[in-house]
Amino acid sequence: MAESNKPEDFVKHEYEAGFVTDIESDTFEPGLNEDVIKRLSQIKGEPEWMLEWRLEAYRQFQEMTEPNWQKVNFEPVDLQSISYYSAPKKDSDKPQSLDEVDPELLRTYEKLGIPLHEQKALAGVAGAGTPAESEAESTGGGGAYSNVAVDAVFDSVSVVTTFKEKLAEAGVIFCSISEALQEHPELVKQYLGSVVPRGDNYFASLNSAVFSDGSFVYVPKGVKCPMELSTYFRINAENTGQFERTLIIADEGASVSYLEGCTAPQRDENQLHAAVVELVALDDAEIKYSTVQNWYPGDENGNGGIFNFVTKRGMARGKNSKISWTQVETGSAVTWKYPSCVLKGDNSVGEFYSVALTNNYQQADTGTKMIHLGKNTRSTIIAKGISAGHSDQSYRGLVKFQPTAEGARNFTQCDSLLIGDKCGAHTFPYIENKNSSATVEHEATTSKVSDEQMLFCRQRGIDPEQAVSMIVNGFCKEVFKELPMEFAVEAGKLLEVSLEGSVG
Amino acid sequence: MLTIKNLHASVEGTPILKGINLEIKPGEVHAVMGPNGSGKSTLAQVLVGHEAFEVTEGEILFDGQNLLELEVEERALAGLFLAFQYPVEIPGVSNLQFLRTALNTLRKHHGQDELDAPSFMKLAKEKAKQVDLSPDFLKRGVNEGFSGGEKKRNEIMQMLMMEPRLGILDETDSGLDIDALKTIANGVNTLRADNRSFLVVTHYQRLLNHIVPDVVHVLANGQIIKTGDKQLAMELEEHGYGWLGINEAEAAG
Ligand SMILES: Nc1ncnc2c1ncn2[C@@H]1O[C@H](COP(=O)(O)OP(=O)(O)OP(=O)(O)O)[C@@H](O)[C@H]1O
Ligand SMILES: [Mg+2]
Repeated sequence: MAESNKPEDFVKHEYEAGFVTDIESDTFEPGLNEDVIKRLSQIKGEPEWMLEWRLEAYRQFQEMTEPNWQKVNFEPVDLQSISYYSAPKKDSDKPQSLDEVDPELLRTYEKLGIPLHEQKALAGVAGAGTPAESEAESTGGGGAYSNVAVDAVFDSVSVVTTFKEKLAEAGVIFCSISEALQEHPELVKQYLGSVVPRGDNYFASLNSAVFSDGSFVYVPKGVKCPMELSTYFRINAENTGQFERTLIIADEGASVSYLEGCTAPQRDENQLHAAVVELVALDDAEIKYSTVQNWYPGDENGNGGIFNFVTKRGMARGKNSKISWTQVETGSAVTWKYPSCVLKGDNSVGEFYSVALTNNYQQADTGTKMIHLGKNTRSTIIAKGISAGHSDQSYRGLVKFQPTAEGARNFTQCDSLLIGDKCGAHTFPYIENKNSSATVEHEATTSKVSDEQMLFCRQRGIDPEQAVSMIVNGFCKEVFKELPMEFAVEAGKLLEVSLEGSVG
Repeated sequence: MLTIKNLHASVEGTPILKGINLEIKPGEVHAVMGPNGSGKSTLAQVLVGHEAFEVTEGEILFDGQNLLELEVEERALAGLFLAFQYPVEIPGVSNLQFLRTALNTLRKHHGQDELDAPSFMKLAKEKAKQVDLSPDFLKRGVNEGFSGGEKKRNEIMQMLMMEPRLGILDETDSGLDIDALKTIANGVNTLRADNRSFLVVTHYQRLLNHIVPDVVHVLANGQIIKTGDKQLAMELEEHGYGWLGINEAEAAG
């Protein structure tokens, strides 16, 4: 018999997106000060108010200290040692069409399976191939991205956004936030910082001061966005931080489904990613925001990897509005993020579905906040954590009912799955209830991939790696079914890759 | 087909099997009976390769191959199937997905094409019907929330799909109602063939009325102390193990 046939021996991380694109970049000298912010704003040709906004954020930021209440351990980030802007060099101002985009960049996205050619995307050529087994239904062809518009962000800038015309026909604005500042400054001005204020927290303030690019979405009244929208973030340059800012607004009766994906090269140094995402849903509007996060997690010994410190918050502002977060997190060396919902409108709904997988020496402190303000607001939290190797994971969730939240309800379910016995899983649920008519239900379980389950699968001829992957996928099922179909398949495959490894 | 010679196995240093000898020829059905704790399940688990058990002596040949050199999944692909005494639950993994993965792995091993979704569905529904499981069970998680009897039927359904060379049934009859017992026995009987054998572990002669064995063994304290034909099972039923001079309290050793 082989010496080692424990479930944990079949879990190994192979990071496929770890390559570096060799491209000339314009990169700022490392360092952070007001001049850097002014230069950044100038390069982007931003309106004066935007620069003022940034500088005020920077002033607030300087008053703050890095938070340390999370259950993670890492060397503090030296913010003066990183560069705050890096963009691929180009002759013209901004590429107007794909032909003007550096072929090296196009190849990068092709390698990552992200189609920037609309025709190919429609034909499903560059898609992620055949989905894994989805019950016994036939899988059929078609790429994962066949009906998805993509905004591709490379280091600090958006390289290209696809299907803009098609979306414009429906009245949907989908572009980089830099472009939105040029084309739709009034919308940006109205909503930027309305959900995550400049002084919200250390990294959010930093982001407000130095954010370089990100995506902007506006779906007008009564419009159901005809395509999935997605932004693909790629960190390439060394010693740079990525600070993107995403702002999504669904006007009355509008709905949109948005997906974010991310990867980075394999490097020995840690890199900082501090994003801010703001969602605003007006009356009867619905925003579904899905993340498949696959930043470089560091190597088997815990060297390198991305620090993923992100503030994501959705404001269900109007009555009957809905904000839904779904996240699949497999990457990053250290993650802390709590996509949250502020349920302001009466009858508004907040959802949080999460799968977090940590392996080797990865650390994640993640969860959500559901702030109930309106009457009869409802929230659902389903968090699935999978820990393997020496990794450590915490679920941290706050459910808060304000005195105005008459008849509000929350349901929370936190499940942890352990693979091996060197990893950890922790749950920190916080409940603040200031309204006696509000109800909250909490369930939590911890389980292990057991030797018996492994024996059972293997006795049916299934090899151990596939068995672990199948058991983990089964554990995540409730969350995967919340992802847009195409991405559910991708998420399943991502878990499979993250769990890939050979015997011994 | 299966030859076990002087098999000794222990768990965490405690000997459980203490010199088992057994020969199963193609087409035969062997029953193994014996008091609680005598080592019946251990024998079954050692055969399929459970790693908690250490084989300290002896050998096992399966179709001439040294079984002890093979990994659990290799043994399965070689045609060994165990219907577990306590089938585990795999939450969220549908029976269909599980079975399809298992069956297609087996087919690939034999150089056959994978079954496409419609043919697989048809086959699965047919086999489910054979053990009286409604097709709804195919969509449910593997054994997730199944009753004891449903789990046992599910095991037999899997066996019907996999069509093994040697089917090992570990107390599949325990916890089954009378009708289910017949259904399952019928299922097993449809698989009986000249080149397929069974090792049936049971406490009750009742099952052996339906699955008629060629050979009956009595296992006590890790050894086969008596071998006979189906008559032996009936005598045991009548007289109990005391008749063979086994002190049940000691038998568990
Ligand atoms: N993993 C284990 N660790 C410790 N002891 C074990 C283990 N597995 C089995 N044993 C012991 O080995 C002996 C034989 O157990 P086994 O399950 O093979 O009995 P059995 O004949 O199948 O009994 P039953 O009729 O009750 O199913 C028992 O004393 C049991 O406690
Ligand atoms: Mg037993």
